[in-house]
Amino acid sequence: MQLRGFNLLTGVKRRAWLLRLAVLAVMAVALFLAACEDDDEETTSSPTGTGTASSPVATDDPNVVAGYPRCAPGGSNSLAGAGATFPNPLYTKWIDEYKRACNVEVNYQSIGSGGGIRQITEKTVNFGASDGVLTDAQEQAAVAAGGSIMHIAMTSGAVAVIYNLQGVQSGQLKLDGPTLADIYLGNITKWNDAKIVALNPGVSLPNADIAVVHRSDGSGTTFIFANYLSKVSPAWQSGPGFATSVQWPTGLGAAGNEGVAGQVRQLPGSIGYAELAYAHQNNLAFAQMKNKSGAYVTPTLEATTAAAAGVTIPAHMKILITDSSNAAAYPISGFTWILAYQNQEDASKGKALAHYLWWAIHNGQSFATDLDYAPLAPDAAKAAENQILKLQCGGAACLTK
Amino acid sequence: MIRSYDFRRAWSQTFVVLAALSAALCVAILFYMVSYVFVQGISYINLDFFTKSPAPLGESGGGAVPSLIGSLLMLGLATVLGVPVGLGVGILVAEYASPRLGAAIRFVADVLAGVPSIVIGIFVFELIVVRQGHFSGWAGSVALAIIMLPIVARASEEMLKLVPISQREAALALGITRWRSITNVVLPAAMGGLMTAALLATARAAGETAPLLFTSLGNRFTTTNINEPMDSLPVHIYRYAIGPYDQWHQEAWASAFFLIMIVLLINVLARWAAGRQRGGTR
Amino acid sequence: MLNFKLVSGRTAAGRTNRLAMGDWFFRSAMYACGLALLAVTALLVVELARGARPSIVEFGFGFLGGTTWDPVREIFGALPLVYGTILASLVGLLIAVPVSIGTAIFLAELSPQWLRRPASALIEVIAAIPSVILGLWGLFVLVPIVREVVQPVLGDNLGFIPLFDGPRFGVGVLSAGLILAIMIVPIVTAVIRDVLLAVPNSQREAMLALGATRWEVISEAVIPYARSGMVGAIILGLGRAMGETMAVTMVIGNGFQITPSLFEPTHTIASAIASEFAEATTELYIAALIEAALILMVISLLVNIIARLLVGTLVRIPSTVRE
Repeated sequence: MQLRGFNLLTGVKRRAWLLRLAVLAVMAVALFLAACEDDDEETTSSPTGTGTASSPVATDDPNVVAGYPRCAPGGSNSLAGAGATFPNPLYTKWIDEYKRACNVEVNYQSIGSGGGIRQITEKTVNFGASDGVLTDAQEQAAVAAGGSIMHIAMTSGAVAVIYNLQGVQSGQLKLDGPTLADIYLGNITKWNDAKIVALNPGVSLPNADIAVVHRSDGSGTTFIFANYLSKVSPAWQSGPGFATSVQWPTGLGAAGNEGVAGQVRQLPGSIGYAELAYAHQNNLAFAQMKNKSGAYVTPTLEATTAAAAGVTIPAHMKILITDSSNAAAYPISGFTWILAYQNQEDASKGKALAHYLWWAIHNGQSFATDLDYAPLAPDAAKAAENQILKLQCGGAACLTK
Repeated sequence: MIRSYDFRRAWSQTFVVLAALSAALCVAILFYMVSYVFVQGISYINLDFFTKSPAPLGESGGGAVPSLIGSLLMLGLATVLGVPVGLGVGILVAEYASPRLGAAIRFVADVLAGVPSIVIGIFVFELIVVRQGHFSGWAGSVALAIIMLPIVARASEEMLKLVPISQREAALALGITRWRSITNVVLPAAMGGLMTAALLATARAAGETAPLLFTSLGNRFTTTNINEPMDSLPVHIYRYAIGPYDQWHQEAWASAFFLIMIVLLINVLARWAAGRQRGGTR
Repeated sequence: MLNFKLVSGRTAAGRTNRLAMGDWFFRSAMYACGLALLAVTALLVVELARGARPSIVEFGFGFLGGTTWDPVREIFGALPLVYGTILASLVGLLIAVPVSIGTAIFLAELSPQWLRRPASALIEVIAAIPSVILGLWGLFVLVPIVREVVQPVLGDNLGFIPLFDGPRFGVGVLSAGLILAIMIVPIVTAVIRDVLLAVPNSQREAMLALGATRWEVISEAVIPYARSGMVGAIILGLGRAMGETMAVTMVIGNGFQITPSLFEPTHTIASAIASEFAEATTELYIAALIEAALILMVISLLVNIIARLLVGTLVRIPSTVRE
């Protein structure tokens, strides 16, 4: 485009152009190198590809999971999912492991269960994730968008009541449902309120404001938490109620389990609720909760498992296990679900999803205990298997041998 | 009321000192903030930052490669989309439009520049993400381009107007066409300033977070597929800053340091380019 | 030498046609760019209005006055958001304006030559720092300072004023206001400085000739001349503050309430959208957030237009500064 004569006229030198081109070229090369380098890193870190029964391991073939290949034959190598932050520590672990095994990238965004429900309804993702069950209205909207939608339980976990109180160790604080509800209703505003003191003889509680931290985003953790409060507190039930988002009477909002845990960690005098894994990973103090049979229970793997014990799991898997009557059960426990359309429009994505979920409810469960999630009990695992087998890709089951 | 000269002088000195103090306070706070980010960032930045993807939650290690690649791609695409159109608007207003049309377009550009960036994010979510059915780097790029567009338009118009009318007249007098005089005389003459406009718009877009939250969303994996959700440095900083993990906070500081360096570098480049404009048109 | 290679070897008539064609194409392309700008802006308004429709139909004008934000029962009112937006912006402005005016006066009128350029450059560069980084700094540096120093001091001494009576969590309107102040100081300072520099020297010289002191020159001659521009600069800062999202979301505490206390957590329109939009589950909930965005857009447009009218007569507002 440049005519030399005009350049003379304006005093813009040709050399300047060369210089700019050179800079652009260097930047382009740098970008290219950066991209390549990363690709190298990826390929080296994923040892085996999608090979099926070629592994030398004789006793237990890692490429076969409960009768089906670990990696989807003919499946897509990327999946998009969004939703619950509650199981995010576990899901990110699974996703890393599964990528290493099958080179399938599951892009999971922990934006909150409300977001998971919304995005699966708008079909912006291949699967949603939620710790709350769909309400009738939500289910209708989803069915209208993509046909029958399924809840597939992946694991269960405990919602720990976390706090940041100098001098009060983890597990030292004891709370019961009505007191917790009063704190979240704004009726109890000081740590040395008589109601809290009555539950905690011998614990020195400061005369400090309670900074109530709750979720600012739509959340399944909120769903479980508010569901529990609704069961134990009439005032809560007739007030905020329970859903993935509620109208909070008081407190500070934080985004995601990450955000609540982050806020409680930063803020002395605060109380919040987050999945147990977040509490453990960040050394946050958590309270003992009084359960239905009157025992104070620390949130643990066993106490969460106990909450699900003895419950009949229905085929649709939509079941809440808060305020369990089991004496050993932690009262604020819940399942976390993957939400997926029964009829997968994109067959290659559907296959990848079915095989990934199949792997997750079998091999994936071993990672759960490390992170304090309760693995699925045999009957729950069976129900989850049946749900996954129902996934349809172009008229046939997505899960194939 | 007549006051003595001494009183008036003392009064004057007081205000001079107050003004100087507020300037010192202002510069000091700003300086403290930037240096804090630098000190924190430098201590946490390492090779992993540039070579690894994020680790699973609660595990140590990991880096910001998906964010770096995502930011680079989206910014590149946004520049390709936003700068030429913005430049076109600038040329239209400076060279072709009647004063009335020019004023109208300038007004619209100012209006668009004044729209909060979060609103742009929602707009692009409605426009592209909902229609396309999924989050994508595309949507993020378009959002950034919309933010860049009015900035480039207004700044390039100003720069083009700095080119003396005599240069255009000289070119036209030689018998060449209007558009040739623009592409071969006016644009080269204003090149330094136009580069500045483009660079400053890029710098601005590089740090934008709000419009990307609902458009490119984020991604734990490196992707070069612009049609997939993509991570970006600002969103990465946001998510990691509000999280509970020390590891995340450290990475947020490292990312902030890197982002600030990029933004400042582009700004310095822009100033340098602006300096050349003055030299070129003299 | 000029180079006419392009047109050599053509007949005169063909040449003129070709040249005219080229001109026509180029001009059309530029008009297309202009049209694109108009189209994007128009589309922006249309899409937002379309998205907000369910909420507008459901709540009407009651949306602006409603104080309930209840996603369970699907009742949405934007008053707490509008209130939070205005309160946080005003706090920010109140802190930023004196500092900005002082700094601008110093830079434009008092500073020695050698200091003027580097100080101005530093302030302008700070204006380019992404807001998420300010939020990061705010969260980890400013909020603890507010919690451990500012709030106890204000609360213990001035706690009888409702403004300073409340829980001392650090996060809240006060922190948001402080962060906003830091964000808008550079832009307000830069514009005021330019406005002051645009005051003709004859104004100053006339005062000096009367034997005025330096301060009298500034307060009697310069500031009155520049007043409307300075007001414009401040309103421009207000516009910036109201639309600011990330830094505010990170420090304001995110609670829906109307409270006189600066210590309480609240929401601005922008922070509510940032923390709830991706997760909003029902159509009405989304529409309510989009309507809030629409309100925010209208408010910031009005503010921006007023600011530009006031400032525009004196200096050009740099179009590259951050929102």
